[in-house]
Amino acid sequence: MGLKQQLEQLKAQGLEQIQNVKDAQELNQIRVKLLGKKGPITEVLRGMKDLSVDERPKVGAFANEIKQEIAGAIEKQVQVMDQLALQQRLKHETIDVTLPGRPVKTGTPHILNQMIDDLEDLFVGLGYEVIDGPEVETDHYNFEMMNIPKNHPARDMQDTFYITNELLMRTHTSPNQARTLESHDFSKGPLKMISPGRVYRRDTDDATHSHQFHQIEGLVIDKHVTMADLKGTLEVVARHVFGNERQIRLRPSYFPFTEPSIEVDISCFACGGEGCSVCKYTGWIEVLGAGMVHPNVLKSAGVDPEVYGGFAFGLGPDRFAMLKYGINDIREFYQNDLRFLQQFQQEVK
Amino acid sequence: MKISYQWLNSFVNLHEIDPQKLADQVSLTGIEVASVIAPDQGLKKIVVGHILSTEPHPDSDHLTLCQVDIGEDEPVQIVCGAPNVAADQYVIVALPNSRIAGNVKIKRGKMRGQASEGMICSLQEIGFSDSVVPKAYQDGIFVFPEAEEAGQPVFPLLGMDDRMIDFDITPNRADTLGMHGAAWEVGAMLHERPQFPEVKVTESQITTDSLLQVSVAEKSLVPQYLLKVVQKVKIQPSPLWLQIRLWNNGIRPINNVVDVTNFVLLEYGQPLHAFDYDKLTSHQILVRRAQDQEPIVTLDGETRELTSDDLVITDGQKPVAIAGVMGGLTSEITTETQNVVLESAVFDGTSIRKTAQRHNLHTEASTRFEKGIDQGSTTEALQRAAQLLEEIAAGESSRGILVGHQELPVERKLALDPKHVNHVLGTEITTAEIGGILSDLGFEHQLEADRYEVTVPLRRWDIFIEADLIEEVARLHGYDQLPSTLPVGVQTVGGYNRKQLLIREVRQSLLANGLDEVISYALVKDDEAAAFTAHPTAKIKLSWPMTQDHAVLRQNLISGLLNDLKYNLARQQSNVAIFEQGNVFRQVDENQQPLEVPTVAALWSGNVVDESWIEKARPVDFYDLKGALTNLLTTLGLADRVSYQTDELLPELHPGRAAKLMIGNQELGFIGEIHPSLQHDRQLPPTYVLQLNLQVLLDQEQKPLVSESAAKYPAVERDMALIVDHQVTNAEIADLITTNGGNYLQNVQIFDVFTGEAIGVHKKSLAYRLHFQNPIATLTDDQVTQAMTKIQTALQTEINAQIR
Ligand SMILES: [Zn+2]
Repeated sequence: MGLKQQLEQLKAQGLEQIQNVKDAQELNQIRVKLLGKKGPITEVLRGMKDLSVDERPKVGAFANEIKQEIAGAIEKQVQVMDQLALQQRLKHETIDVTLPGRPVKTGTPHILNQMIDDLEDLFVGLGYEVIDGPEVETDHYNFEMMNIPKNHPARDMQDTFYITNELLMRTHTSPNQARTLESHDFSKGPLKMISPGRVYRRDTDDATHSHQFHQIEGLVIDKHVTMADLKGTLEVVARHVFGNERQIRLRPSYFPFTEPSIEVDISCFACGGEGCSVCKYTGWIEVLGAGMVHPNVLKSAGVDPEVYGGFAFGLGPDRFAMLKYGINDIREFYQNDLRFLQQFQQEVK
Repeated sequence: MKISYQWLNSFVNLHEIDPQKLADQVSLTGIEVASVIAPDQGLKKIVVGHILSTEPHPDSDHLTLCQVDIGEDEPVQIVCGAPNVAADQYVIVALPNSRIAGNVKIKRGKMRGQASEGMICSLQEIGFSDSVVPKAYQDGIFVFPEAEEAGQPVFPLLGMDDRMIDFDITPNRADTLGMHGAAWEVGAMLHERPQFPEVKVTESQITTDSLLQVSVAEKSLVPQYLLKVVQKVKIQPSPLWLQIRLWNNGIRPINNVVDVTNFVLLEYGQPLHAFDYDKLTSHQILVRRAQDQEPIVTLDGETRELTSDDLVITDGQKPVAIAGVMGGLTSEITTETQNVVLESAVFDGTSIRKTAQRHNLHTEASTRFEKGIDQGSTTEALQRAAQLLEEIAAGESSRGILVGHQELPVERKLALDPKHVNHVLGTEITTAEIGGILSDLGFEHQLEADRYEVTVPLRRWDIFIEADLIEEVARLHGYDQLPSTLPVGVQTVGGYNRKQLLIREVRQSLLANGLDEVISYALVKDDEAAAFTAHPTAKIKLSWPMTQDHAVLRQNLISGLLNDLKYNLARQQSNVAIFEQGNVFRQVDENQQPLEVPTVAALWSGNVVDESWIEKARPVDFYDLKGALTNLLTTLGLADRVSYQTDELLPELHPGRAAKLMIGNQELGFIGEIHPSLQHDRQLPPTYVLQLNLQVLLDQEQKPLVSESAAKYPAVERDMALIVDHQVTNAEIADLITTNGGNYLQNVQIFDVFTGEAIGVHKKSLAYRLHFQNPIATLTDDQVTQAMTKIQTALQTEINAQIR
């Protein structure tokens, strides 16, 4: 057998061994065995000295070719083995993705504050300032300045927690109208404000009454603000809170501090106006009170009603939230059962 | 007041508009209608029966067999248990398969073996409230006063086919608490002028002042006091048409005289009172203040002790009525009454309200005086009552009216400028339309120089100023006609002030740290008010609380949070991490508004991490809450300005696990574990709380944030462990390290705290990692070693630290 045949044979054996290798270690052994200095190819090449000068380079080149071919096969086999190993590892590392995630607790804002924040943002976008006021008010601001003198029948409408003869828990956020009217500089432009906060009534707490609840007062005063502007503004509020399809309806009402005074109904969001239990089968739901600011209120605060006028409204975040989310008991807002509070985690716009 | 559709229709042509539709329209233009009541709702097959004969039931001692004509060819037999059943009565018969009150179905049947073709009914059985059924028929069947055609439905005969529209009035519209006022209101809406029957009294030759004298001592509280006498009245039940008007409005018919006063009350809204002339001890009527403790027995049989703030009508000697509230029993109209004194008056509303409240005696009369009445019809109402007594009680009216006092208000004259109307409403209502609305209202008006001069009738005492007239125009023109616009004019930039922004940031931070937001009550129990308060003020108490649970204004927010915790623990919710933002109230002076301090408080109890498949449970500790606090302060850029002091702690806190929070010398608040004894008393698990005075945070100067580039040169970290005495705090060590660390020391981190026998009793080991960095060059080893040496020397000399 000539050298060439021997080399051919070595190559065929080597390639077969490489194909059948089981792991990286074995492959390495094969590499050393086949291509190393004591390997069979080197051995064969030692026999070259017996060849003619002509043939030597040819056989040498052929031997190199075989070496490279074997090295290439090894290289390829390394890649195959790596792939296999990776597959093994991935399989080994597989987890159950249906197991629950590690709990990371985030807090839930109180639903009433969500409602208030949302309305604040709406009005700020419309150019309103947010004004705070005291929860302990004077009789003067809570009543007298709001055109509710002593012995006025409307004082019966809002039973009051008095502290002294002159100090009381505010029964509405309206006194902030008077306070703001007194301090506003009309030379710097119109007054547009909302005033959210807690208010108090002398009520026994039950499903529909709470001695503490919330109000958002709104007030816009300028040289020409109309009742149509009030209607348009309330439409924006109703649609923002209860959905774009809502219609509003104004009905005559009475508040001592507005004239004309109105109650505002929205078309029922539960039935769309067909009539259902939410709207007591009328298709409409009463949501807030409003009106054009009474000239006496402006006068008392030192604003000339001949020049300035505008509208005011008072809405109840508690009532809004109860309607919107179907809450039947107002006490739930203040009992703070975590199961109640946390359900409003969901973004509820 | 419930407005009868049929009665209303006698004044205003309603054009047969559906009552519900009418009610809806009234709600939109004037007065909210609470409901429309149909007295015959749910009833059917109830007819007039004529009892032809009766005989006792053979097997019962209280049942009667009646042969009743029900308009059929043959009479039917009905068994009746009423004691007052008798032959020849015209009665209410519920036929077989009829429905009576309470949705009860009547069937043909047998009673003790005798066939009964239906049932003879009481008024209650067909839906009348017991409180309106005439006394004579209260315990038996109703008997029609006159013959009625048998077999016809009873509903029209009893006024049950009427529809009662329940006006839920606002305090300014008491003018509709009478049919006349209601007719004006509905008429204006329908563009129909109401027509009222003419009042015609015959009057005898005997003048009123020959029968009575009157004087009014308190004229300011009695703007009008008018009397008339009706003699020789024949007391009997009123005709059915009048009784119907009363019972449909919830008033029980008594007798013709009393019924007439109530009828005129409903008609005019003017309360009237009738006295028995012959029971007055003298005929010198005096209206005066009662004497203190003066007694009177009122019509309801109660003896009442009066005060000098109560107005009374006296017969010259004793009170015979509490003015405007209720008459006295001694001068009550009875079946023996022959001569009647009729009183029509106006009393001061405030005075009446106080009297009604004082005696807890609220009547149809007192309610109307409180809310106001049409002072223009006081005289007419008196004449109307006299006329009715002539007609239905065969009375003879005395000639003329005896006037104790009469001072009529002046009719207001107001200008109404159509330009103002449209300016305020944002409308384009024409001058003519406005004139039309004024006509509909029955307000006299004239156009002068483009403005209306309007005369407001006395029946609309709620209208004072032009704005009130604008409201009349607006509502009758229709709010649905109003355009929808948004305010134009100078644009304003809305926004939040610094306090509002800070509050939002504080809330956001606590939410991000996993705390749920709560809202508790600001009014708390007395002993809760000043708990957890370092420097309590005098308590601010309600003068008349509804309950002791909500009687005093809070000076801390923790009490509320603890209540919320208890509430949740009682409902198996034990992991409670909550916060509240709200005001606490500090008294400045008893007669001044308190200081309302914006405050935030948090409470954390239970597990921070619950046991799950992936991790073990971990109960909350001090450092969880402190971590949340640090995050909050970092958001506000104040973390490095707050110090934790462990002296002068609140008694409600664990003395070893709490701190007072200070910014400079200002007290920011506190953080710590609830004192174990308090936890024990209240049966609470370990609970951590914190409270911050947000005003203190607001008072801090805001440092503008200036950014720095991220360092370009490598940092060097060095660890250092040291052993110190147990009482040495981390803050002291960190302070020493920072002050001695040189310019390149960026950050000191504690990464280990250890106590144990190995390092000695009363000792602890702490380990710190120090980060050095030079922003403009690479640090050399020498520089860092130098800094470390200085730090270690300081620690050794200052706190006797043993460096390891
Ligand atoms: Zn509905």
